[in-house]
Amino acid sequence: MATLLDTIAGGHLVEAHRPYPRRIVDAPLWQALGAGLHEGHWRLLGLWGEPAAVHMALLDEAAGLPAVASLACPDGTFPSVAQYHPPASRLERALCDLTGLAATAAPDARPWLDHGRWDLRHPLGQRLPAATEVPPYAFLTADGEGLHQIPVGPVHAGIIEPGHFRFTANGEAVVRLEQRLGYVHKGIEALMTGASIERAARLAGRTSGDSTVAYAWALARAVEAALGATVPERAVWLRALMAELERLANHFGDIGAICNDAAFALMLAHCGVLREQVLRAANACFGHRLMMDRVVPGGVEVAPGPLDTTPIRNLIDVATKAFPALVKLYDNKASLQDRTVGTGIVRPALARQYGCGGYVGRASGLAFDARRQLAYPPYDGLRFEVPVLREGDVNARVWIRIREVEQSLALVGQILKALPPDGLTRIPLAEVDGPSEGVGLVEGFRGDILAWVRLDAGARVGRCHLRDPSWFQWPLLEAAIEGNIVADFPLCNKSFNCSYSGHDL
Amino acid sequence: MQKLLLESLIKAPFTEPAPQADTVALAELATRVDRAARARLGRSLSIRQVDAGSCNGCELEIHALGNAFYDLERFGLRFVASPRHADVLLVTGPVTRNMREALQRTYDATPGPKWVVAAGACARDGGLFADSYACVGGVGAVIPVDIHIPGCPPTPTALLGGLLALLTKSA
Repeated sequence: MATLLDTIAGGHLVEAHRPYPRRIVDAPLWQALGAGLHEGHWRLLGLWGEPAAVHMALLDEAAGLPAVASLACPDGTFPSVAQYHPPASRLERALCDLTGLAATAAPDARPWLDHGRWDLRHPLGQRLPAATEVPPYAFLTADGEGLHQIPVGPVHAGIIEPGHFRFTANGEAVVRLEQRLGYVHKGIEALMTGASIERAARLAGRTSGDSTVAYAWALARAVEAALGATVPERAVWLRALMAELERLANHFGDIGAICNDAAFALMLAHCGVLREQVLRAANACFGHRLMMDRVVPGGVEVAPGPLDTTPIRNLIDVATKAFPALVKLYDNKASLQDRTVGTGIVRPALARQYGCGGYVGRASGLAFDARRQLAYPPYDGLRFEVPVLREGDVNARVWIRIREVEQSLALVGQILKALPPDGLTRIPLAEVDGPSEGVGLVEGFRGDILAWVRLDAGARVGRCHLRDPSWFQWPLLEAAIEGNIVADFPLCNKSFNCSYSGHDL
Repeated sequence: MQKLLLESLIKAPFTEPAPQADTVALAELATRVDRAARARLGRSLSIRQVDAGSCNGCELEIHALGNAFYDLERFGLRFVASPRHADVLLVTGPVTRNMREALQRTYDATPGPKWVVAAGACARDGGLFADSYACVGGVGAVIPVDIHIPGCPPTPTALLGGLLALLTKSA
């Protein structure tokens, strides 16, 4: 089998793109890449557009190397990738909404982010005035005796983000779920276009608030790659420290919330205490509970001088003592297991097809973790395991998170040992003399986050694209709920905990 | 499990004293909350949270209000599932154009007397997203806002202070 690099070797190499290669390919090669995705040769990492070009990031897992393929679209069209590879469909629909480029032979041409409520069309392409009449969104159908539809959202009953779910059910059993997202589309990529690096970093940190560290880190890596900048070692360790605290906070919160959705509130109470303690330690050390705007291109933004890490050391002691009892509690409660075991199954083959990252993928047999497969500093020098299960149910996703909590607790210990006590945490960024491009991939708590950036002269962002792990997880939730009862949807949904804001951007 | 339950009986609670009600929020509110409305509601408020486009940072901190440290239900504050059960709408985000109608309809579905609390920097004026084609820019651009709780995101303490301002009249 030809490697990804061999396959795109015929394309024109873009010199200013780092650290992975980008090649400009022609339409037949673009289609060949789509066919290669269909055959499972490589994994789709992202698909995005500009006014007259489309880009596709792919990962050759065997070679451990990502690459970006670009196709010029002088006539405003490009061959649909989704016609070969369904996971590309939503990315493509979003791309078409934002840039106006049309995917030919696309299996689904409905709009995705554009609900017909903006005062323009194609904000990232040749801007057009909004359409005067917007046809109603055509939900997919399900035919059969006794079927009924349950529309839910965009405003949900709990404290969660907005999105619309259209259930088709037969009695209590769900036969089809269709998601409609885009309600929290804030136009982040358009806001980034022409922005300073500093503003772009702040926007990246607010793409999905629960992953603010991971997003800021992904963007920082992309910018630093574009500029060829090397950040101080202490900053690298501090970034990892923040990223692991973020992972811990989210996993604690979600483990508790999943159990709460199975009517086991005690776990929520105990996990909520642990989560709060993580946030307080983060606040004590970094001055912000969620650590927003602390990772910046060029390093980290922390108070000068030595960092007192006592709150984090105390946190690790407390959590390491308290967590095993909670794990035992989860493992021993038959009433809880009754709800989580065998519920909301994602088959490994489907997870593989969607190249789905994070705990959703790892609970369905996919061992991908950007900290390991595309190891970036300091993870290349840290010891940790990537837990994998194959059951793919709610229970498996909870167990992956439990194991990841244990790994993160150990990782924080290692990081604190290795952290240089004092020294430089940030370097000034070099001037940009011509267009330079960079790509960064960071493992957030939810999965791998992709950031791609092109900097223009004057250190302005020419184009920046961010891809949330949720893009490849949301569709699997549609599959996971099939055949389950409506009442188990909150449980399934929570065990995925996909981001709305990160997806809608 | 028995051990955990027993321990929680012996251990001191995590719950902490309430924050002082925010004076700015109070002043803003004093003109709006009249005696009659307070008489009708007593010291208890039902809150319906609406995410009108936030990055979910505000939601994380609003969730934290329910944890053992803040325990907002001890003040008679509780989150409800429907706007029809609510006295207060707690709204976050730079209202996106795609959420504008949903927010308006949620407001219309809330029975009076009702108050709107805008939480977070985005909810005031759109924050970082103010210039976007996809955002309306601030909750006040869609529905009338009674108080605003600043922060990006507001800490649970700030949120609790702001909400208590709805219950406590300044001396």
